[in-house]
Amino acid sequence: MSQAFTKSMARNIFYGGSMFFFLLLLVLTFDTVKSLPQTDNRENLTAQVAKGKHVWENNNCIGCHTLMGEGAYFAPELGNAYKRMGSKEAIIAFIKFRPKNGIPGRRSMPQFNLTDDELDAVAEFLKYVSEINNQNWPPNIQG
Amino acid sequence: MKYTSQMVAKPYFIAAIGLFVAQILFGVIMGMQYVVGDFLFPEIPFNVARMVHTNLLIVWLLFGFMGAAYYMVPDEAEAELHSPLLAKVMFWIFLAAGAVTILGYLLVPYATLAEITMNDLLPTMGREFLEQPTIIKIGIVVVALAFLYNIGMTILKGRKTVINLVLLIGLVGLAVFFLFAFYNPDNIVLDKMFWWFVVHLWVEGVWELILGSLLAYVLIKTTGVDREVIEKWLYVIIAMALITGLIGTGHHFFWIGTPGYWQWWGSIFSAMEPIPFFMMTIFAFNMVNKRRRQHPNKAAVLWALGCSVMAFLGAGVWGFLHTLSFVNYYTHGSQITAAHGHMAFYGAYVMIVLAIISYAMPMLNGRKVANSMSSQVVEMWSFWLMTISMVFITLFLTAAGIVQVYLQRMSDDPLPFMVVQDKIEMFYWMREGAGLVFLIGLILYVISFFVGRDQPEAQLPK
Ligand code: HEC
Ligand code: HEM
Ligand code: HEM
Ligand SMILES: [Fe+2]
Repeated sequence: MSQAFTKSMARNIFYGGSMFFFLLLLVLTFDTVKSLPQTDNRENLTAQVAKGKHVWENNNCIGCHTLMGEGAYFAPELGNAYKRMGSKEAIIAFIKFRPKNGIPGRRSMPQFNLTDDELDAVAEFLKYVSEINNQNWPPNIQG
Repeated sequence: MKYTSQMVAKPYFIAAIGLFVAQILFGVIMGMQYVVGDFLFPEIPFNVARMVHTNLLIVWLLFGFMGAAYYMVPDEAEAELHSPLLAKVMFWIFLAAGAVTILGYLLVPYATLAEITMNDLLPTMGREFLEQPTIIKIGIVVVALAFLYNIGMTILKGRKTVINLVLLIGLVGLAVFFLFAFYNPDNIVLDKMFWWFVVHLWVEGVWELILGSLLAYVLIKTTGVDREVIEKWLYVIIAMALITGLIGTGHHFFWIGTPGYWQWWGSIFSAMEPIPFFMMTIFAFNMVNKRRRQHPNKAAVLWALGCSVMAFLGAGVWGFLHTLSFVNYYTHGSQITAAHGHMAFYGAYVMIVLAIISYAMPMLNGRKVANSMSSQVVEMWSFWLMTISMVFITLFLTAAGIVQVYLQRMSDDPLPFMVVQDKIEMFYWMREGAGLVFLIGLILYVISFFVGRDQPEAQLPK
C-alpha cells in the first residue's frame, strides 16, 4: 500500500467505519422490529403456538429439517408443511405414526412419543409459521 | 519461546486437534446417512450426529482461538500471562463442559436432555448451532469472561501492539454477541432474526478480526516484514470486514418474515463482503514475497497462505454465489448453503487455527523454531489431502445443490424433496468418498506430530 496512506488513516477508517455501520445496523434493526407486526402473524401467536415452538425446540426438529429455509438439509422444508400437507390432522398423523426403528434404507424420522396435546401444539405452530408473510418463499409448494 | 506462561497454550491445541478428529468422524457418519438413510438409526439419528458435528467444530475452534491467544498475547505484549493457573483451570472446565454436552447428545434423547437441564426455566435449546443446554451456555460465558480477563490484564500490563488489540476486540465481540443466544422469544421471526446476531456477526464479523490478527502474527513471525506495513494492512482488512459485514447480516433477512427492504441492504452490502477476504489473500502473498528472511517452518507458511486462498474461495466466492436476493430466493437452504458453509469454515477458521498450531507447536515441544523436515513433509501432505478433498466436497455439494434447486424449485413440474434427494444420490456418494479422503488427511496430520521427533530441526539452505 502506498506511503501517503498511513497507518493512522487506516485505523481511523476502521474505528469510524465500523462505528457508523454498527449504528446503521441498530437503526435498521429497530425499524424492522417496529414493523414486524405487519408480517410476523403475531395476531395468531396463541399460547398453543408458543407451546408448539417449545415442542419443536425440545425435540430438535431443526436438526433434520429447515424452517423458512434455515436449519438442516436432510429432510423436507416445514415452513410450508401445513400448506403442503393440507391440514393439522395430516401433520399430526405423520409425526404420530413414525415407526420406532425407521424405514429400512430410507432416511428416517424418529418416533418422538409426543402426547396428543404436544402433537396439536407443534401442528398449530407449523400452521402459524406457514401464515407468516415471508416474501413468498419458498418458490413453490415443494419447499 | 520467550515466556514460560505461553506453555498453557499446549493443552488447548491438543484438545482442539482431538475434538477435530471426533468432528470429522461424525461428519462421515452423516455423509453415510445421506445415502443409506437408516444407517445407525435409531441409535444415532441424523440430528444427533449433526449437533455433535457442528458443536464440536465450534468448540474446537474456540479451543484453538484460546490456545492461540495464550501463545500469542504474551509474546506480543512482552509480558508473562497474567494468570497461567486460571488458564489451566478454565481449560479443564471448558473440556468437561464440552464432553458432558456431547455425551448428553449421544446418550439421552434430546427432549430428555432439555428436561433434566431445566430448559423450560430459560429456554435456549433446539436452535441450530445453539443446541447446548442453557446451563452449558452459562458455563461458556463464564469461561469466556475468565479468559478475557486473563488476556486483557496481560495486554494492559505489556506492550500494546495492534495485533493484540485487534485480537482483543474480536474476542470481546465474540463474547458479547454470544449473549444473543439467551434471547429466545416465542415469536419465531424475532427468534430467527436475533439468532443471526450470534451466527452471522460471529463468522462475518468479529471472528474475521481474530482471523486477521492471527494471520498477521504468523506472517510477521515467518517473514520478518516490517510491523508498520503489516499493521496498516490489518486495519484496512478489518475495516472492510465490518463495514460490509455488519449490514451484510441482511442477506439472512430475505425470507424469514422481515421487511422486503432487506433484499436491497442485504444484497448490496454482502456482495462487498468478499473484499476483505480478497485483501487477505493479496496481503498474505505480498508479505511472503517481500519477506526479509526465510523461515525453516515451511508448513506454517503453507497453512497461512492456504488459509488466505481458501477463505477467499469459500467465504468470498461461494458466499457471493448465493448472496444476491434473486439468486438466494432459489438457493436458500439447499445443498449450495452446505457447500459454502463447509469451505468457508474450513478455509477461514479451521486453517487459521491449524496455521497457528503449526507455527507454535514446535516451540511448545521444546524445538527452537521448527519441526524436523520429515515431520513437516507429512504435515504438508496432510495439508494437501485435507484441502483438496474439501474442494471436492464443496464441488460435489454444489453440483447436488444446482440439480436440487432446478428439480425442486425451478422446473415446470417441481418434484418433492425426498424424490429429488434420491435423484442426486450419486453426488452424495462422491461427497462421502471425498470425506473419507479428508479423514485420511486428518489422520496423517495427527501422525505428523509423532514423525521425526528425534531428528534435528529443519535448516534453511545455506
Ligand atoms: C432425524 C431426522 C428428523 C428429525 C429430528 C425430525 N424429522 Fe421430520 N422428517 C424427517 C424425514 C427424513 C422426513 C421425510 C420422511 C419421508 O418422506 O419418508 C420427515 C418428514 C416430516 C414431515 C412431513 C413433511 C412432508 O412434507 O412430507 C413432518 C410434518 C415432519 N417431518 C415434522 C417433524 C417435526 C415436527 C419434528 C420435531 C418434533 C421432526 N419432524 C423431526 C426427519 C426428521
Ligand atoms: C473441517 C471440515 C469440516 C467443517 C469445517 C464442517 C463444517 C460443517 C458445518 C458448518 C455444517 C453446518 C452446515 C450448514 O448449516 O450449512 C456442517 C454440516 C454437515 N457436515 Fe460438515 N464439516 C467438515 C467436514 C465434513 C465431512 C468430512 C463430512 C462428510 C463426509 C461432513 C458432512 C456434513 C454433513 C452431512 C452435514 C449436514 C448437512 C445438512 O444439514 O444436511 N462434514 N459441517
Ligand atoms: C468465513 C466466513 C464465513 C463462514 C464461516 C460462513 C458460514 C456460513 C454457514 C455455516 C452458513 C449456513 C448457516 C445456516 O446453517 O443457516 C452460511 C450461510 C450463508 N452465507 Fe456464509 N459464511 C461466511 C462468509 C460469507 C460471505 C462473505 C458471504 C457473502 C458474500 C456469505 C453468504 C452467505 C449466505 C447468503 C448464506 C445464506 C444461505 C442460505 O440462504 O441458505 N457467507 N454461511
Ligand atoms: Fe452471513
